Amino acid sequence: MIHSLFLINQSGDIFLEKHWKSVIGRSVCDYFFEAKEKAVDPENVAPVLQTPHHYLISILRGKLFFLSVIQTEVPPLFVIEFLHRVADTFQDYFGDCSEGVIKDNLVTVYELLEEMLDNGFPLATESNVLKEMIRPPTILRSVVNTLTGGSNVGDTLPTGQLSNIPWRRAGVKYTNNEAYFDVIEEIDAILDKSGTTVCAEIQGVIEACVRLTGMPDLTLSFMNPRLLDDVSFHPCVRFKRWESERVLSFIPPDGNFTLMTYHVSSQNLVAIPVYVKQNISFFETGPCGRLDITIGPKQTMGKTVEGLMVTIHMPKAVLSANLTATQGNYSYDLATKVLVWDIGKLNPQKLPNLRGSLSMQAGVPRPEENPSLNIELKIQQLAISGLKVSRLDMYGEKYKPFKGVKYVTKAGKFQVRT
Amino acid sequence: MSVSSAFNDEKGGSSSVGEPEYGHDPASGGIFSSDYKRHDDLKEMLDSNKDSLKLEAMKRIVAMIARGKNASDLFPAVVKNVACKNIEVKKLVYVYLVRYAEEQQDLALLSISTFQRGLKDPNQLIRASALRVLSSIRVTIIVPIMMLAIKEAASDMSPYVRKTAAHAIPKLYSLDPEQKDQLIEVIEKLLADKTTLVAGSVVMAFEEVCPERIDLIHKNYRKLCNLLIDVEEWGQVVIINMLTRYARTQFLNPNINESLLEEGSGGEKAFYGSDDDEDEDEEEKEKKAEAMAMAKRKPYVMDPDHRLLLRNTKPLLQSRNAAVVMAVAQLYFHLAPKAEVGVIAKALVRLLRSHSEVQYVVLQNVATMTIKRRGMFEPYLKSFYIRSTDPTQIKVLKLEVLTNLANETNISTILREFQTYIKSMDKDFVAATIQAIGRCATNIGEVRDTCLNGLVQLLSNRDELVVAESVVVIKKLLQMQPEKHSDIIKHMAKLTDNIQVPMARASILWLIGEYCEHVPKIAPDVLRKMAKSFTNEEDIVKLQIINLAAKLYLTNSKQTKLLTQYVLNLAKYDQNYDIRDRARFIRQLIVPTEKSGALSKYAKKLFLALKPAPVLESPFKDRDHFQLGSLSHLLNAKAGGYQELPDWPEAAPDPSVRNVEVKESVPEWTKCSSREKRREKKVEKPFYSDSEGESGPTESADSESDSASGSESGSGSGEESGSGSQMLSFSVTVKSYELLHRITGEGLSVEYCFSRQPFSSDANMVAVQMQFTNNSTSETKSLHMEDVKLQSGMRVKEFAEIESLPAGESATAVMGIDFCDSTQAANFQLTHTRKFFVSIQPPVGELMQPVFLTENEFKKEQGQLMGMNEITEKLTLDIKCRNEHAIVQRVTTTANLSRVPCGSDKECRFAGRTVTSGSLVLVTVVTKDEGATQLTVNCEKMVIGTMLVKDILLALTQ
Repeated sequence: MIHSLFLINQSGDIFLEKHWKSVIGRSVCDYFFEAKEKAVDPENVAPVLQTPHHYLISILRGKLFFLSVIQTEVPPLFVIEFLHRVADTFQDYFGDCSEGVIKDNLVTVYELLEEMLDNGFPLATESNVLKEMIRPPTILRSVVNTLTGGSNVGDTLPTGQLSNIPWRRAGVKYTNNEAYFDVIEEIDAILDKSGTTVCAEIQGVIEACVRLTGMPDLTLSFMNPRLLDDVSFHPCVRFKRWESERVLSFIPPDGNFTLMTYHVSSQNLVAIPVYVKQNISFFETGPCGRLDITIGPKQTMGKTVEGLMVTIHMPKAVLSANLTATQGNYSYDLATKVLVWDIGKLNPQKLPNLRGSLSMQAGVPRPEENPSLNIELKIQQLAISGLKVSRLDMYGEKYKPFKGVKYVTKAGKFQVRT
Repeated sequence: MSVSSAFNDEKGGSSSVGEPEYGHDPASGGIFSSDYKRHDDLKEMLDSNKDSLKLEAMKRIVAMIARGKNASDLFPAVVKNVACKNIEVKKLVYVYLVRYAEEQQDLALLSISTFQRGLKDPNQLIRASALRVLSSIRVTIIVPIMMLAIKEAASDMSPYVRKTAAHAIPKLYSLDPEQKDQLIEVIEKLLADKTTLVAGSVVMAFEEVCPERIDLIHKNYRKLCNLLIDVEEWGQVVIINMLTRYARTQFLNPNINESLLEEGSGGEKAFYGSDDDEDEDEEEKEKKAEAMAMAKRKPYVMDPDHRLLLRNTKPLLQSRNAAVVMAVAQLYFHLAPKAEVGVIAKALVRLLRSHSEVQYVVLQNVATMTIKRRGMFEPYLKSFYIRSTDPTQIKVLKLEVLTNLANETNISTILREFQTYIKSMDKDFVAATIQAIGRCATNIGEVRDTCLNGLVQLLSNRDELVVAESVVVIKKLLQMQPEKHSDIIKHMAKLTDNIQVPMARASILWLIGEYCEHVPKIAPDVLRKMAKSFTNEEDIVKLQIINLAAKLYLTNSKQTKLLTQYVLNLAKYDQNYDIRDRARFIRQLIVPTEKSGALSKYAKKLFLALKPAPVLESPFKDRDHFQLGSLSHLLNAKAGGYQELPDWPEAAPDPSVRNVEVKESVPEWTKCSSREKRREKKVEKPFYSDSEGESGPTESADSESDSASGSESGSGSGEESGSGSQMLSFSVTVKSYELLHRITGEGLSVEYCFSRQPFSSDANMVAVQMQFTNNSTSETKSLHMEDVKLQSGMRVKEFAEIESLPAGESATAVMGIDFCDSTQAANFQLTHTRKFFVSIQPPVGELMQPVFLTENEFKKEQGQLMGMNEITEKLTLDIKCRNEHAIVQRVTTTANLSRVPCGSDKECRFAGRTVTSGSLVLVTVVTKDEGATQLTVNCEKMVIGTMLVKDILLALTQ
């Protein structure tokens, strides 16, 4: 299975290597660098590469490449999913998954990698189990450890490893028992020039933060579970209960986790919260173009749209932008040719507008296509699909937990073609 | 200084050992760079007796390893700390050992005994990690020790340790493939394990060591299906992939009737068709009719086990793990009836929301699926629409899927979508889109003209790449109906002035040459222009110019004769030999001379033959002969270790092999082990048990805990009875082992023991006495052994054939085996009318024969076998054996040794020689107060020594 792992930063330095079988020389990465060179954009590197003796499977997380070396047949998704799990674990442990953080915690990282794979096959990937074996670094603990000579490594087998609920550690204790659920929905949409929806769908996710003592058995039910068309669950959710009663019944992991992701059935028309009036044009004569964008609320269910932001990948020929925004700030990155207009809150009385001229490189033909607009937005306290949690019950423990549900709607891959 | 070489040196070659490492990073001790010898500070810290200093040093060393720097010269200093009490230091030392043991094999051996001790630790985590490290040290010498450790761990009471044992199997296999047979035994045993923790790992080991032994799965098939949902995610992937292969060998094709009927209807058409082809395929028709009749007579009924697999994997489509979802999807694609495959579409579309790498792999597989089963993805057409922010490789794959999904009803939407893509800034993607339009146009006749017109419009595009790609595609489309489109050809002829892309120029020239009758006026003019620029063209264009010249010469020689000669002369002196060759060949062919052969008569036929239009095919066509989701499928090339997905069998093999027999006679000695099991049972209850509808693993696992395992279904009994430790209760002086259980032997049972008699015909052989019992109701005839498989160096003297063994009778026979002083098994077949695979593996104590020594001789010999050859262990004697007699009895039972007379009753000495090489084996047991005892073994063969210590230790402490 997975033979070796190399972590590579944006500039192509290998700053960590780990081998689970015999050592493979770094030179194997040259094939990857070659492909990276060819691809220009880092995200255009093919995730699976073939070399004379090995196969390279890589993922790009943040600005880091996780490159694994494979020698024999293995499902590529298996490796990709695992590499992402590694990156998630780093994120979970150190709060970030960047080169600096990994270099600072090199030994912990190495210990984690050692525990996560044995001979290239995953051994322990549940964060609850890992945290019992290797405790995450905190300032307090590192101070205590230097004074007492204690260690960050557990010396007994985590109970989770043996049980059928490996995601939960035993002996959890809290003074405040709380369970929070965030229902986050994202609208993926493509709108065409005239503003008609080419395609739109809603993807949702329920993120949970559960800090409950003991072994609580939770049941979460919805007012309108029929909305959910396709779901995927954390392994803790009992699938049979969902199939028969449409409730989520589970013994939660301790801490933060993704309880479920769902897709809202496509029969329902998707409400598009904003409309965009845009006019981008490049003139054949004279090195300039014009840009005029206005955004207004459409179907917001009476809520305010916040965190509005428009990103445009301009054609290479656009040298600079001279624009005025009635609200928010804009910036144009000359190197990447990305125009970002950060609007903030949408005020229905006074619609934000961005207009002005674009100066073009002389002698270069007019761009064929107008760039499309990528829109980000956020609406608090609204699940755009109308999904509602009706109740949360707890069995198995006596105390009364504090419960909370929050709804947020965001724009996912929301694109307006021009 | 060659600092860089020291940094780049990964193999740790000796060249850089003496060199100082300059302080590029503080963690590797760079601040002490004034010391000429590097790492001195680290060595000092490792030698100190403060754990915190050791830890600090180890952390720095591990950081060096992580960066890929060479730390091999610290090996002696590090290995000393392998027994350190501090768990974190210990773990880091393990990390170091695993990394460098391969390079420093001799030094690595020093640490082995620590791990062996660790294997006996009461803490399961320590047992497991000792096994993990021991098996990760790639040193060939310790193969027997590893083998032994794996075997022991495979019957450990902690499932976690058993899991580790399963992980260790492929490691040992890659180190020494000779061990395969023994490892298969362990795999077989672990496959019978009922804990979810072990299941995934052992199937992984199965896949790496013996994927061809599908017969091992039969008995465990239903259990694996039932446990599947509770297995951890990674195990699920491996199990599902393996079961897909298994199902392909054991069940019938669920779509068989359908394919038969399809064929059948074809046959019918022929039947009612014209008369003349009737007699040709008379036979064939008969066959088809027969098959149809068969299909009608025998309606397909799905094997319940096949159904079980489909039913139990379906919920896993909801897994959060993309690899699991993909595994189930491929299982359904390869195994499910056509009507049920549709369920996977939704789940696969969901994965498209995931990371772009996941999307990439999923789209590859969807592309393959859409060719065979277009209908199932049609409702999700819009999910494959392309965003300008997608990476190029994703865009191209989505395009592929969209093209595959195109049909008469949705083509207009798809073409509208394609129109927006053509304007994209990503030119590679635009080129791919044009290709896609071409494919839609060939596949769907209704839109061919629309597409062609659209593509012609693109010819005036400003981007040359776009134009070039369009030309290439238009060329292919025009070939289908050239007569209707001479205006397009004319338009393209004009383009030769502007387009510079060689492929496009070549395509235009070919078109004009091919259809020169449609453009009789323009064609010679194009040739004239081309002749002018001939020398500056690319090779591919030059070849087409020659072609054009030849074709024009044949159709319109009046106008073009001189031009053609000119072009051919230019080509004659070209730098490229292909072009020179072509020119020579064509000249011979088209210009008639006296010398020209018979062929030139047919030149026109040759050049202007009707050429079939190219078929534009998906590159994903027929990719599904690779198992979907596999690396091989993705690369469209067989990767190392890929297991072919077998074709469905014609007739289903016997389904009863999967029946798990209920054990009739569970011997008493399983009791102790079931008590051990009970302790773990509490945690072992499957999590989904409450929701599991049918008689799944739940019941069996539960019932096991209260009664002895007798009532429960499983196939563990055979192996358990074979393992030596449980036979102890039988033992008097000679232990007997089971070779063949009467159930597996179909009535024939065989037991064997090491008789400890010298084997008469060969002094280097160990005598093995076998007792055959015929429990069946019929006589067994001519029982003999054959097909002996041995490790190199081993020999066997077969027992004499037993002519007949009447029902209910027993017979004994003696065979001799030269084990070469190793505990490798001797494998062979017992054969009468049936064949049975059996193997004999000697306990280490049987590999020796007693010698008689005096006390003085003993001490003298012992003095020569010190150091590495001496192994000492401290132990506490079992209450029952705190006397001399008991000790002697237990030691001599364990090993074939003789006692050395001695003065003190606190000391017992034993001596023997190994059978093959005659190396001395000396054992000393010194007792002190309260049963505290020291056991010393001196033996030239370290491996034998270590194993013997272990066995004697076991005998004395139980």
